[in-house]
Parts: sequence; C-alpha cells; structure tokens
Amino acid sequence: MTQGLNPGLTFDTLIVGASNRLAVTAARAVAENPGEAYNPLFISGRTGLGKTHVITAIGNRANELQPSSVVEYVTLDELLQRYHASVSSGELAEFRSQLSASDVLLIDDIQFLVHRKELQSELLRVVTQFQREGRQLVLTGDCPPADLSELDEQLLNCLNQGVAVEIGVPEFETRQAILERRTGERGSEFADGVLEAVAEYEVRNVRELLGILNRVIAFQEVSDTRLTPAAARALVTGDAPAAGAAGAEATVPLEPAEAAEDEFGDFLSDITLTVTQQVEAWNERIGKMVQVWSERGYTTTRLERLLEEQAGTDPAAAVAEFQNAVTQLQRLEREMAELDPVAARNPVFRDPDRLEEAVGIVTQMKSGLEPPPGPDEAFSLETFLAGESTKMAVGAAQAVIQEPGARYNPLVLVGPSGVGKTHLLHAVGRGLQIEGELVVACLSAQTFIEELVEAIEKDRVGVWRARYRCASAFMLDDVHEISSRDRVQQELLELIQLFCEEGRQLVVTSNVAPQEIEGLGEDLAGRLAAGLVASLGSPDRELRRAIVLMHLTHRVGSSDEALADYLAQQSAESVRTVLGTLERVLSGAEAVGTAPSVDVAKRLLERPVATEAPVFSGRETGTPVPLSGVNSREKMVWDWIDPEERLVEDAT
Amino acid sequence: MSLVNFTTREITCKIVYYGPGRSGKTTNLHYIFRRVPEQRRGRMVSLATQTDRTLFFDFLPLELGSISGFMTRFQLYTVPGQVYYNATRKLVLQGADGVVFVADSQTRQLDENIASLQNLQANLLEYGVDVRGMPLVFQYNKQGLPPELVMAHGELDEALNFRDAPSFAADALSGTGVFETLKGVSELVLRRLSEEHPG
Repeated sequence: MTQGLNPGLTFDTLIVGASNRLAVTAARAVAENPGEAYNPLFISGRTGLGKTHVITAIGNRANELQPSSVVEYVTLDELLQRYHASVSSGELAEFRSQLSASDVLLIDDIQFLVHRKELQSELLRVVTQFQREGRQLVLTGDCPPADLSELDEQLLNCLNQGVAVEIGVPEFETRQAILERRTGERGSEFADGVLEAVAEYEVRNVRELLGILNRVIAFQEVSDTRLTPAAARALVTGDAPAAGAAGAEATVPLEPAEAAEDEFGDFLSDITLTVTQQVEAWNERIGKMVQVWSERGYTTTRLERLLEEQAGTDPAAAVAEFQNAVTQLQRLEREMAELDPVAARNPVFRDPDRLEEAVGIVTQMKSGLEPPPGPDEAFSLETFLAGESTKMAVGAAQAVIQEPGARYNPLVLVGPSGVGKTHLLHAVGRGLQIEGELVVACLSAQTFIEELVEAIEKDRVGVWRARYRCASAFMLDDVHEISSRDRVQQELLELIQLFCEEGRQLVVTSNVAPQEIEGLGEDLAGRLAAGLVASLGSPDRELRRAIVLMHLTHRVGSSDEALADYLAQQSAESVRTVLGTLERVLSGAEAVGTAPSVDVAKRLLERPVATEAPVFSGRETGTPVPLSGVNSREKMVWDWIDPEERLVEDAT
Repeated sequence: MSLVNFTTREITCKIVYYGPGRSGKTTNLHYIFRRVPEQRRGRMVSLATQTDRTLFFDFLPLELGSISGFMTRFQLYTVPGQVYYNATRKLVLQGADGVVFVADSQTRQLDENIASLQNLQANLLEYGVDVRGMPLVFQYNKQGLPPELVMAHGELDEALNFRDAPSFAADALSGTGVFETLKGVSELVLRRLSEEHPG
C-alpha cells in the first residue's frame, strides 16, 4: 500500500553517476531492508538534483518487495498543513496515529522545519518511535542535518544516528546519460555530438539540464536542418544561432569526449559507503542503548556525550564501561530494595555517572545493620585435641584460617555427634576473627531456621539476608538440620553462591556427607561437596587418654595417669562420651567426698548391670559439655546423673 | 598497525598484493596509480631491477579523505614474487590488514601459483596469523590472453580458492578487474571493523 507516491519515479528510471551513486546505493539498501540498513536515512542535495526521485524510488521499491507494507510519502509542507488542521480541530492524537501508522515513512524537504518548534517535537517523536520499532524513516533536505539552522538538538542527534548521504551536481557523464534517456523518451533524434555538446555545459541541477534540453529540442523542431554540435553549444551558452541555421557549422567536427570511466570515483563511493556503514553502526548501537536505557529510567548522559564527541573516545570501551556501571547499579538497587525499599527509589541508582555515590549509600546502610552472631570465644584450635581420626579436619581448619576463601571453600566438617565438629567450627571462626580480622557469622542451623521464619513473619527477610551477606565468613553448625526445608535451603544456597563467587570462606558441619543428607537439595549438596569434605572419626585410645588428662587437670587440678589410662580403656564413640564418663566419675567422687580415682571409677563403671539404676536420657548422646555458649539444641541435652548417687547425696 | 584508531579518528588499511613472480602485482598498482587523481595519491615507490622485476616492494599510498569523520588512508604494497625474496615478503606482509592474491591465469603457471599460496600461508603463520582469519581475495590475472593458454575463472577457483574467498577475473594491463579487486578486498577489511567491535 502506498500513499502519495509517484509510480514513475523508480530506481530504473534514475540515472546513476558519481554524483549520486552513494545516495542511490544507500537508498537501495534501505528499500530492500527497511528499518535494518540505515535508519533514518537522510538524503541531502540542492534543489533539482533528484532527491525526490530517490526518496520516491525507495517507497516504490519497498512496496514492490513487500506489497503488504504501508509506505507513505509526504512533503513537509503537507505535513505542516495536516498538523495545523489537527491542532485546530483538536485531533492531534489522530494526526500522530496516522503518521505512525506506516512501515516506511518518506518525508521530503524537511529544510522547512526551521522555526517550527512544535512540528520538530512531533518529528522527534516519530523518529524515536520508528527507530525503536525498526520501521524505516527517510528524509530529504537541501543540506545535511547538521547544517539545518535552528534544528532541535535532540532531533539532530536522532537524525545523526542514521546515515546522511549527499547528492551532488551531476558530472559530464551523468549529464550525457540523462540527456540521452530524455531524448529517447521524447522521441527526438540529434546528430552525433549534439548531446555531448549540451552535456558539456555545467548546470546547477538536473532541472536546469532538462530545461536546456527542451530548448534544444524546440530549436531543432523549428529548424530546417538538423542541429550541429557547435550550434547546440552556442544555443546552450546563450549565443543562439538563428532558427533555420542549425546546420551552419555542420562541418566542424566535435572532439569526442573521452569516455573515461571514473573508476577511482566509483571505488571511493563504495569505500565511503562501507566505512559509513561500519562507523555509523556504532552510532546506531549507541543510539539504541540510549533509547533502551532511558526507557528503563536510567540516565544516559554518558552515552549521549559519546554521540556528540567527534574524537578522543573509543566507543567499545565507553559502551562496556557504561554497561558495567549499569550492572553494578542494578545489583546495588536490589540490595538496597531488600534493606529499605523506599530508599531504593533514589535516582542515584539509575545514574551510571553516580555509581560511587550509590556504592556509598548502600555501604552506609549496611554498616547500620546488627552484626551477625559470631563464634564462641571459648573454642580455639589450641584446646582442640587432635588425633589420627581428626588430623585431616584440623589441618584443613588451619589452612582455612591461614588462607580464608582460597583453599577449601566451602569446608564441610563431617562426623557423628560428639566428635568435636562444633568445637572445630567455632575454632575456625575465632581464628578468622583473630588472624584475618574478619566479620565472622557463626550459628547453628536451628538458629538460622528460626531467624528466617521470624524474618518472614515480620517481612524483614531483606534485612536478615543482608546481615549475613555482609559477613566476611560464614559458619553453620549441623547443616543436616535444614533437610526438607526448601526455603531455608534456597537462602543458604544463594548465600553459598555469593560467598564462593566472592572468595569468602564458608564452613559447615554435618553428621553425614552432604550428598547423604536426606531431603537436601541436589544443588546445595553439590555446592557443599565442591569444597572439601573432612571427616572427624571416633577418638582412639591415645586421644581418649589425652582428653581425660586435660579435663582432669582443668577440673580438679590433678593428672592421675592411672585414672586416665583406665578411662581411656573404656570404648567411646565420641569425645562427648569420654567426657560423660569422666563427669560421672568426678560427680561420684565428689558425692562420697573423695578424690577421683581408679577405684571410684571402677565402682561406678563396673557395677553389675542388674543393680544399676535406670538411666534417663533425653537423647542417646549427651553429657553436659562444661563449656558455655553452645547454641545447638542437641548439645543441651544430656544423660541424667545416676539417681542412686543423687539419693546418697540427698541423704548426706 | 591499527586498522581503526578512534582516538585520532583515522582508518589505515594496509593491503598487500601477493602472488608468484610476473603474475601482475606491480601492474595492478601502476594501473591504480594512473587512475587516482593526483591529490589523492602519494608518490609510488618502486624498487625494481633492470628487467623490471620487483626487487624489494612497491608502495602506493592513497588518501581517501575524511569519511564519516575518519581520515581514511590505504597503503597498497606488492611483494617480490621470486622465490629467493622470501625475507622481503615476510617483512612486507607484517601488519597487513588484507591480502590480494594475484594469480597468473596461465595454465603453465599453476604450480607457481600453488607454491606462492602455500608460501603466503606459511609466512602468515610465522606472524601467528591464520590465513582463514585474514581478509583475502583472489585475482586471476591475464585473463585477456588466448583462452587456450589460460585456465578459466572456475577452474582457478577450484585449484586455488578452496575457502571460497571472493575472486575476480582480471587483465591488469588493460585495467579490467583491477578496481573490482581493490574494492573487494577493501570491503572485507573494512567490514572487520564491526566484527572487531561487535555491534
């Protein structure tokens, strides 16, 4: 569908020469790929050089290739009339809608936009919309966009995002070709050399040339003889011979014009088009970025400056820098939205030129958060007695303290209850606090769950999350307790991903290897197993003896080696069992008012099973651990003291 | 050499005419020299022997003026085709943005064409350049000779141009195909501009 197009003005009827080759090549590209090649295409040239022919040819060709496309040709004058009519009738919306309805919009002679600010605004809207929607816009003017006086700067920028091509004054060969074609169309014939003679005259535009041709044709028609080249030359230059004397100089030969092909000119035109296409691709890309990011509410001043600059900036680097800044702003805005949704609306998060300011705001907000729970000071690596079964885990813990986030991340300490995982976890945390001066978050999985539930209830998940994400290292005890808790696992997974990506240390404990935890998501288990899984096994006899001796010294100030040997002989699956047995001996000795000894231990531990009073136990493993600050609920359950002993104690 | 310098807004293309001895590389440059307006071309430097064989190289600088704000320059070089000038060929090839392989269409010159093409690949490899990544066009020169003496365009394509690069039939003495070849390689080179800085 075409509107306002003269079907006679096509590429086939266009004479192409060096003066218009670039413009015609660009026009063909646009007609064959509307919205893709150059958008907008601006064709400039003085009056009468064929701008209207080229722009109309675009429309006809586009319509020929895509008959369903809507092609509209309009002169600025017509556009102005329609605009005024719509304003006076209050139908501006209708005007806009009509103007935006075409797939290819051709606007001729836009030099008349000068002093028409309102129409410039309308045109700016149209150019922006067409570029955004990939529809083709072609404009013509009597000079390049930059030379159009009093043109709106934004409109000029938009026009500069496309390609501007110029049609020049036709050179001799083109003039001759135009004359030959028109002569043929008119059914006229001239003697050899006449048209060449006419073509020698350097006209200002094609219209002038056609006017001269008309004169020559008319002169010959009223003459008795055929016009000679010399007579034609004289006629063209104004020194016209009298009618009927057309053949006066028929004997004067005309030097044939050298049919020199302008190969270099053709080459230059092609190269110019290619370079323009490549260079303008950048402008187009930057223009699109401006459009996309400004629509998303971002300040694009930096990119706009890039379009205006003529030298000094590598666009690839500048564009990459802009995109990087936007990515960072998006992350900061997300973080801020979690902490304070209102503050996240600050325009600073949408201005790449204010990235540092945005970083400062988020940092300040985070610094006001309550610090995460840290490791218990009572635990240290020095008080952790290592044996063969814990050697690897202790080595890994030391490595983590020395190089947090670098060697084993995450570190997963695995072992049955009571083998010292919690101790080692807190010890690593303390080590990182002291050695690396890091902010260490250390808590049990149970606390993690409870805090998250509370945060969800109070709609403070963002703040809760930020509290842990601010930490430099994260320690979680008994990770197996989050099995089958999808939301908790999701939060933990995100936390682990963040920490691993940023090289921040993670340490967790579990009673079994991550992949063996029932109800633990595959992603999470995989993430945990991707670090180092270090096992802590049951204490061997040497370790049991060392534990007993250390605690005897600590509790009663004695180092009864015989008692230590005796207790070390008792099988125990965990350190906690060893300590529980020792605690029974110490309590028994205290009850009868004697020092702990092998005899007391034997009396308590080797009593016939039948006479032994029943033991009440909250959980199988467990004896009070004489150390403060253990948060895990599991650790707070213990075997009750032998009731018989308690009765004796009461009787006394 | 940088093809595009955004800071100084310059585009400089170095195009090397490569091929066996007597295939017509220098003739290409002479033809271009004659057709370029004086103000657009620099002095053509030719170091040749008394028998007109290129001893060192030919150099023709072209100033295309400002295009889209970029001062655009082309530098056309030829290499000496004779086998014993390989060091010179390598030197000229250094930093090339595009190569025109000028093949001699005469049937009896096919082996020389193949040897020269292999030499081009080897020399590029020494600079760490894979010929597949280098803008390359073929020019089958001397197509003006009697048909019984020359291989046809298609035959030469089959024998030499197995990567399907653009190829042009030419007769450099008369100028046929000379500018088409130059345009072909120039467009390949310039299109890399957007590939190197993907849009």
